Amino acid sequence: MRISTFWYCLKEGVKNICRNVWFSLASVATISACIFLFCLFFSIVVNIQYVVKNVEGTIGITVFFDDELTEDEIKRIGAEIGKRPEISSMEFTSAEQAWENMKNDYFAGHEELAEGFADDNPLAGSASYQIFLHEIENQDQVVAYLQGVSGVREVNYSNSAAEGLNSFNAIIGLLSLAIIGVLLAVSVFLISNTINVAASFRKNENEIMRYIGATNYMIRAPFVVEGIVMGLMGAGIPLVGMYFLYLRSVGYLTTRFQILSRIFQFLPLSQIFPYMAVVAVLLGLGIGFFASFFTIRKHLKV
Amino acid sequence: MIEITNVYKTYDTGNKALRNINISIEDGEFVFIVGRSGSGKSTLLKLLLKEVEPTSGKIVVNDMNLGKMPRRYVPKYRRRLGVVFQDFRLLKDRNVYENVAFAQRVIGASPRKIREKVPSMLQMVGLSAKYKSYPQQLSGGEQQRVAIARALINRPEVLLADEPTGNLDHHNAIEIMKLLDEINRMGTTVVVVTHSNEIVNLMQRRVITMDRGCVVSDEEGGLIHED
Repeated sequence: MRISTFWYCLKEGVKNICRNVWFSLASVATISACIFLFCLFFSIVVNIQYVVKNVEGTIGITVFFDDELTEDEIKRIGAEIGKRPEISSMEFTSAEQAWENMKNDYFAGHEELAEGFADDNPLAGSASYQIFLHEIENQDQVVAYLQGVSGVREVNYSNSAAEGLNSFNAIIGLLSLAIIGVLLAVSVFLISNTINVAASFRKNENEIMRYIGATNYMIRAPFVVEGIVMGLMGAGIPLVGMYFLYLRSVGYLTTRFQILSRIFQFLPLSQIFPYMAVVAVLLGLGIGFFASFFTIRKHLKV
Repeated sequence: MIEITNVYKTYDTGNKALRNINISIEDGEFVFIVGRSGSGKSTLLKLLLKEVEPTSGKIVVNDMNLGKMPRRYVPKYRRRLGVVFQDFRLLKDRNVYENVAFAQRVIGASPRKIREKVPSMLQMVGLSAKYKSYPQQLSGGEQQRVAIARALINRPEVLLADEPTGNLDHHNAIEIMKLLDEINRMGTTVVVVTHSNEIVNLMQRRVITMDRGCVVSDEEGGLIHED
């Protein structure tokens, strides 16, 4: 394609937008609204997943070993278990440490009550490993493995917590997919309408082009440019809005509701925005391109 | 050369627009196709433009068999034809220069080529001085000249004109026919569909008369006599 032809198509596409300025604005506004909602859901979902990830990191599997095993033997087994790729970290708690922890937790302020056990650790034989996983979904698999390891007496884990987090993740994912799907369909419909109007405005021009011998590609190009420009504008506007909204909202929530910051850690904008921007631009580009490309097909009959 | 052999055209509605048409037009000829409304003139033109397909028969234009031509070759085929309409079909938001350049732009001609060719084409149709004017600032005759310039800028071998003087007064109609005659003398085959007996009689060229989808006469230097 010649550069002059490219500029020509670009100019004609922009002209189309200006010619039907109100229709174009309506389309851009709708795409903006859709992409804004997408960005909003994207931020919410990503932040929830971030929280879920953090919570996942605190849910551990506790492994107890046979009484007759020495601490060295337990650590050897622990080292073997630690080779599993699903495991992110492990913490060893000896029987003595377990008793110390219990004393701190249950006998704080009444140390004299624990004195009776001074020479007889009631938690002897309860050395354990606390195991944390990369992905909570792998818990069943790891538990099954641990139960089969020789020397392991008991494996404690919270099945409901894992299942709860997994299903919460899945529900949020599905809900956002459904909403985004509906919004996409609305955007495509609106762009398609705008392109139809533009095509009817240019009916005479398209007819002349066909008689002169313009290829379908040449007839289609200004409309596709129009769709892409509207799609990109529709992506740019909400991205700018989202940038400031996110900054302000996170700032406001963390200062106004300080209690939130203890349980809810927001992702910093620098981590979320580049991905959001790429997805939103691709979305705008895709909506604009496909809606215009397929809408104009019916106007190309030679 | 245009060779139309045993062509029939029946529309989906059942309307038999053309019946057994056989016409041969040599390179460089000037031919009028005349007939009443509904005689099949416009369908014939549409067939030559490959806008519609014949129900049966064979059409060959410049050694290209239109029946066997894949759709993707249609744009290239049309670049070898020029077409002029009764209602001019100019782009109202573009001036004379841009209207003529449009025909070059949409086939991907280089800006240098466009700059070279458009002024000479405007000079040929006598509109050099009005290159900045918009269609609504021109007379009907001038608008038709712009349409002719646009049709000729890609140097077609055949010029098809559908009632080119239909919207013009007598003086302008004569001027347009003179221009078409001049174009024909430069080697372009010209096919004019018209109602105007006056124009046909003035030009005294080959006249093909159609009636109810059939060719009823084909005369060299023909004249039409009022009924």
